[in-house]
Parts: sequence; structure tokens; C-alpha cells
Amino acid sequence: MASKENSYFSDFIKGLWKENPVLVQFLGMCPTLAVTNAVVNAIAMSAAVIFVLVASAIIISLIRKFIPAQVRIASFIVVIATFVTMADRYLAAFYPELSKALGPFIPLIVVNCIILGRMEAFASKNNVGRSILDALGMSFGFAIGLLLMSTFREILGNGTWLGYEVLGNWWDKWMVMILPPGAFLTLGTIVGVSKFLQTKFKKA
Amino acid sequence: MEKQYASDFKISSSPHLRGKESVPKIMYWVVGILMLPVASSIYFFGMNAVRILLISVIVSLLTEYIFLVSRKKDISLLFDGSAIITGILLALTLPPGLKSSYVVIGAFVSIALGKQVFGGLGYNMFNPALVGRAFLQASFPVAMTTWIPPVIQKMVDAKTFATPLGGFKFSHILTPYKNLLIGNTGGSLGETSAILLIVGGIILLIKKYIDWKIPTGILLTVFVLEGGLYLINPEKYANPLFHILAGGLLLGAFFMATDMVTSPITPKGTWIYAVGIGVLVVLIRVFGGLPEGVMYSILIMNAFVPLLNRYTRPKILGEGGKK
Repeated sequence: MASKENSYFSDFIKGLWKENPVLVQFLGMCPTLAVTNAVVNAIAMSAAVIFVLVASAIIISLIRKFIPAQVRIASFIVVIATFVTMADRYLAAFYPELSKALGPFIPLIVVNCIILGRMEAFASKNNVGRSILDALGMSFGFAIGLLLMSTFREILGNGTWLGYEVLGNWWDKWMVMILPPGAFLTLGTIVGVSKFLQTKFKKA
Repeated sequence: MEKQYASDFKISSSPHLRGKESVPKIMYWVVGILMLPVASSIYFFGMNAVRILLISVIVSLLTEYIFLVSRKKDISLLFDGSAIITGILLALTLPPGLKSSYVVIGAFVSIALGKQVFGGLGYNMFNPALVGRAFLQASFPVAMTTWIPPVIQKMVDAKTFATPLGGFKFSHILTPYKNLLIGNTGGSLGETSAILLIVGGIILLIKKYIDWKIPTGILLTVFVLEGGLYLINPEKYANPLFHILAGGLLLGAFFMATDMVTSPITPKGTWIYAVGIGVLVVLIRVFGGLPEGVMYSILIMNAFVPLLNRYTRPKILGEGGKK
């Protein structure tokens, strides 16, 4: 492990690529596969996760000394659920269509492995500053994964990106890409390419 | 003395006896036999068949070449015949009126996602041609179920046409057996001519390039199950013979389910695999929403092959029984 002084940067940066929750840790697969059929869904989902992860990391790392070890998971869930409810209600109030499109996946952030995992592995053991950096890095990593997935799927499957036409009328939409099998194909391909890049850069 | 003694023996690991057959030889035999359904497709569907077959084979070979180069493999593997077979088989399962660009996508997906990402010939889990077809079916459901009539049946003003199975399922029209046998019906390029498929299958069986258990198991299962349904209610369900001759069952049973890489190696496992395909075909055709289910049946059972190989392994001599 790196020494404490220069590890603040690595706390943040590791979630983006080296320990990317989607591409490397395979956490939070449920929303990754389910909501990435359109870029706008992916952005909303990522925003919700960034908010919930950072906010709960702050609270958990602040009260980490008071949580008895035996009931820590339950305590994490209570804190996470509070923020998820806030995010869910906010979306339902201001973006009802988006909220409908995302369906149960916003409430399901409560049991998202990325968030619970970061609480258990990081926020409950480190101070607030480092926890925030870690949470930011991980949630941005999640956002990167989702954006990559949804970019490929929406362009190939619908010919659009964020609703704007990218490929013209000549493009025959690959329906499969916005259907569930397309999610698995895209994830497999992206993970394969990222693994290839990682091993290549490691050697160099 | 000691040194000489050791060099007198050639030490190698098993297998010590090798047959005369090789992968390219078998593959090119299969390519040769596939010329039968290819001929019927060209006869019945004319230039459309030539176009789809050529594009499919060329794109398959190109994709294989790109992957072999990028994976730094021996380029001679390109001509082991397997990519050509995949190209032909994919083309034979496509509807005759399909756009060329779709054929390109299908052939690329077959080789790239169906075969090379797993590590090439011998490592793929699913029949590559069927992976490509399934991808097309999910991507372009309308184009993949739009059938045009054979060239021979000079029908006036007929842009679309029902397959025998579709016609039976949705409008209860039985195609005459003579048409099914000869191939003068609607359908995918290579599935219409039952008689040529049977001849090709028999040649493969005589040459022992395919396991007789697989086509036997599939066809018997379909025959028995459909026969049972037919006996219960002959007005609602079709004659079992119709189900065997119509659609892609013969093509699938003889040429696709029997793929050496994606079928089980144990005798017991092979039977389970074949019967499983038969049961799924009947379930999808009779109770499912689609008129045809051979592709999905084979793909689903392909997924079970590693499991079947594992749990139907014959006992090794001397291995104790359960206590």
C-alpha cells in the first residue's frame, strides 16, 4: 500500500479504471445490464448512484466509531436507504418520465453491491476526506461503465445518442442491442477490450 | 550405454494410434455434402440464394482471417474448412429475401461472437452459424420472418409467402407432402428440400462423420411426441410426418445439432442431448408463439453440453461404486 500522504489521489483514481466497479469488480450488474438501453437512463442512474454513494460515505465515515460491529450492515442499509429514498422521490417529483423508465432500479440502489461494498470496505474504516474521494472515484467509475454501455447500445440499437440522431435513416436498427441479450453482449465486449488494454499497459 | 538406451525409444503422450481422418478432410466432406441443399436452394430461390451464400461464406472467411491474424494464429487454420461450413450453414438458415447487409452482420457475428471469442474451432460452446442467426432474428425480427416464394412457383403479385409451419400454425393450411419432400415451398434457403437433406444426412451417417444417435434421437422424439398429440386431436395438431419434413428440423438434426464441438461426447449424454432438442422443438412449435423452434432448441441444448459431459461420464474400469 502507498503511504498515507500520496494515497489521497489514488483513493480517487483507482475507482475510475484499475478497480472500476463495473468493468473490473463486476458489482452493480443489475442496473448495468438493465438501464443501459438509453444514454439518458444511464446518466440518471449514475447521478443517483453518485449522490447516494457520496452522501452515505460521509455519514458512515462520520459515525463509524459509534456503529457496533455486529449490526454494521443493518446500520449501513438504514443510512443508504434514507438517501435512496431522497433520490427516488426527487426523480419522481421532477422527472416523472425518467423515474418511470428506470422503474424499480432506483429503489434497488439500496442493495447495490457497489455502495454496500464501499461502506464495508472503505467508509467504515477511513476518515471523511478519504471516504469522499473513494466514493467519488467509485461512483464516477460506475458512471463511466454505464455511459460506455449505453453509448454502444443506444447508437447500435436505436441509431441515436441521448435522443439525438447519430446514424441516419440508412441505419437498420439492431433491435437486439436494446434488448436484454444486447446488454450481455455489450458488457462482454467492453470487459474483454478493457482487460486487453489493462494487460497491455501493464506490460509496457 | 545408458544414453543409447534412452534414445532408442520415442517417448510421446497419448494418443498413440491415429486414424486417417483429419479435421480439414471431414470438414471438406461436409462442405461437399452441403452442396446438396445448396443446389436445391439455388434451384428454388435463384440469384437470391447465390447472393446470400457467397456473401455469407466470404464474410465468414474474412472475419476468421482478421481474428486469426489479430490473435497471431497460424493462417493455414483459415482453410480447415470450418469457417466455410459456418458460412454455408448460416446462409442455408436465412430467408431468401434477406438484405445483403444483414447477411454480412450475421456472418461476422457467427464467426466473431460464436466462435473466435471462445478461442476458435473446438472451444466454441454454441453452434456458430446458429449464434449468427439468433443475433439476426433478435435484431431484425421482421426481415427474418419475411419469406418469398420459390422462383419456380410463378405466383402473380406474391411478395410474401408463408412457410409450411407458419401456414399451419397461423392459418391451418397443410402443405402437401410432395412439395415438402421436393422443396417447392417457402422457407429458409436450405431447409425446404427434405429429400436432399435426408440423402445428405445418410451420406454423413455412412461416413460416420456424425453421431447416428443425434438425428435418430431428435427425429424419434419429435415423431413420438407429435404422434401422441396427433392421436389425441388430429384436427388441431398436424401429422407427425409433416412436422419432420417441414421447417428446419432435418437441416438442424443432420447438420447443426451434430456439430462435433458442440455436442456431448458420452453416449448417454448424447441421447439426453438429442431427446432434449426434440422435446424443445415440439414445445416451441406446438405451444410457443413462434412457428419454428429448431434454432433455439439446439442453442439451448448446446448450453447443457458441458454439464451432460460431466454427469454422464462412463465409469472408469476399477472405479468403485457408490457406498
